[in-house]
Amino acid sequence: MLKALENISAVYANPTRFMALATKLHAPLWGLAALWLAYGLYRIAYVPDDYQQGATVKIMFVHVPAAWMALFGYSFIFVASVTALVFRHPLGHVAARAAAPVGAVFTLIALVTGSLWGQPMWGTWWVWDARLTSVLVLFFIYLGYIALWQAIDEPTRAARAAALLAIVGFINVPIVKFSVDWWNTLHQPASVSRLARPALHADFLYPLLIMGVGFFLLFLALTLTRMQMEILRQKLRRRS
Amino acid sequence: MNLFMTLCAAHIKLSWRGGQTVLAVSFLFIAVTLLPFGLGPELKLLRALAPGLLWVVLAISLLTTLDKLFQADFEDGTLDRLRLLPLAFEAALLAKLSGHFLALVLPLILSVPLAGLLLNIDGAYLPLLLVAMLCGAPALVMLGGIGAGLAVSVRRGGLLTVLIAMPFYVPVLIFGAAASQAALSDGASIWPYLGILAALSAATILLAPFAIAAALRAAQD
Repeated sequence: MLKALENISAVYANPTRFMALATKLHAPLWGLAALWLAYGLYRIAYVPDDYQQGATVKIMFVHVPAAWMALFGYSFIFVASVTALVFRHPLGHVAARAAAPVGAVFTLIALVTGSLWGQPMWGTWWVWDARLTSVLVLFFIYLGYIALWQAIDEPTRAARAAALLAIVGFINVPIVKFSVDWWNTLHQPASVSRLARPALHADFLYPLLIMGVGFFLLFLALTLTRMQMEILRQKLRRRS
Repeated sequence: MNLFMTLCAAHIKLSWRGGQTVLAVSFLFIAVTLLPFGLGPELKLLRALAPGLLWVVLAISLLTTLDKLFQADFEDGTLDRLRLLPLAFEAALLAKLSGHFLALVLPLILSVPLAGLLLNIDGAYLPLLLVAMLCGAPALVMLGGIGAGLAVSVRRGGLLTVLIAMPFYVPVLIFGAAASQAALSDGASIWPYLGILAALSAATILLAPFAIAAALRAAQD
């Protein structure tokens, strides 16, 4: 199994081979993501209103999957960076760079939809709730990562610095998360932030999981497209 | 060890001669002077907010000094020479970071009592605030050093360094402010928070030099 994985990864270390595969996968992946999301939206349309929250509960179906993708995106960047730095896989840097803006936008979507949901529910656009705060910090970590890529002109230098930042950041994210959790429980125990969250009813749970898969497919499709663009850009740079 | 001390002393001397220390301390006082204009001159309010404000001002003042850590040495080739010393590159960097702490951060912390006076802070809590800052500041220097190392090849990368380092300052500020809160309220013990701050500093002193060295090597090769 491991051997097979090694073989596959060795074959696709060649950017030309990867591009051939990516070109084949491109259309089906986008098609699947579009169909899946359309089905998810169709399911959401028939979700009953919550007896307390009314129709605003439907924000959840965008908000929660976006937050999942925010975390998944950073983990993806970390794994890609380790692959690039430790195993010297040439696509690692490309994948990490391609995923960063995608993850950052999902993080922003999670923050904005959270704010839109918070306004009718909590009566305010923003609370310094532990989760909100740590997602905001995660957004800044994404911004720093993207800015580092853009600031360093020399591609191999930029790649190594960015990969290091991704790894240092990945170690720091849980520390930030735990300290913020602790901080919030110190400041405001059991008030707005602790919404009594009943276990999710199946009517809500299945559409949510479907949307989660849809967002995941969208993440993959966007990242794949951006990886293709990045490889083409590198080719152009080498030619000029 | 002798080499370590020499490097540390050299960094201190250069910071002094370049006027960096005076600049950093002036920045701290200017920032503190601006606060009452934003918040109003109400002494009671300032007194209540003073410990938290001083932590934030200390962190921001420290962030402004970070581009002086490696930038000049990177541009004039001194960093390349540091790699040739009969001393691990990581240790040489730790010497520079210690010099930075002694030359710039320690004066910042020592100005906190006077700055606190301007904010009408309760004098009885000042010693505790200083101890908390001494426990936490090394972590701020080390984490900032990672940002400075990663951005070293970027000309005028000061703002980039700040953007990279700031998210990692969150835990130190949280426990620093918590120590101040505990000091202000009767009965709460300040020791757990000091312990956590010291632990953060110890961990970063141990680990950050490796990350910084890797970042600088990536910029040099």
